[in-house]
Amino acid sequence: VDTRTEEHTYDSTLESVDAAEAVVLKEAQDLGFHEDDQHKIGISIRECMVNAVVHGNRYNSRKKVHLKVTCRPGTLEVLVADEGEHFDISQLPDPLADENLLRHSGRGILLMQAFMDEFQIRPRQPKGTEVRLVKRVAKAG
Amino acid sequence: VSVKMTTRQVGDVTVIDAVGRITLGDGASTFRDTIRNLAAGGHKKLLLNLAEVSYIDSSGIGEMVSGFTTITNQGGVVKLLSLNKRVKDLLQITKLYTVFEVFDDEAAAVGSFA
Repeated sequence: VDTRTEEHTYDSTLESVDAAEAVVLKEAQDLGFHEDDQHKIGISIRECMVNAVVHGNRYNSRKKVHLKVTCRPGTLEVLVADEGEHFDISQLPDPLADENLLRHSGRGILLMQAFMDEFQIRPRQPKGTEVRLVKRVAKAG
Repeated sequence: VSVKMTTRQVGDVTVIDAVGRITLGDGASTFRDTIRNLAAGGHKKLLLNLAEVSYIDSSGIGEMVSGFTTITNQGGVVKLLSLNKRVKDLLQITKLYTVFEVFDDEAAAVGSFA
């Protein structure tokens, strides 16, 4: 089975966002994603990592962010997990509601959902939140 | 990798030429500082040229929205110029196309402030 997995553990810093983006984009390039899709994957990974570092771990130096990238032919799967408090996605304000359009923040999950083929969020054991992102290579034609 | 922002006057319109990435960290803070300085300086007609902006994340979008709010609360106007396809897609996904007036032609954009 032609499956390749790599795992990384990062500190809760913004430099980790760049590092994780670079790792995932290298894999996306190798899998043959079109440039536009690489851009979408890059933004999604950045948003996910920023959420983990800023909102999940709150820059806590004792907490880590865990990245797992699995490549199968034509499919990229990314898991990003933090060690913070789990949160209920249903409690987040709808960024597309008229009254929220001018809010400063709250659009990261919207972008991940728009740019990836699959987006799932679940509690991580024993603590934290895990996000699963999947993107499939578009078939030509 | 961050954003560089320069301003120029075209009549009474201040055109802001942004080049680079507007993302969490230096890019977003540079963007925020530029808009705040213009607001403090009494500039009320701002045209944000995004032709050379390759990348905006949700933090960058947040700064654009905050800048829009800051300027409009002071009785000013912010409009956007020359969005590439990726930035247009972002504004559509976030429904901010309904908030910002967007132009492809600078002369038409400047003229629209009159």
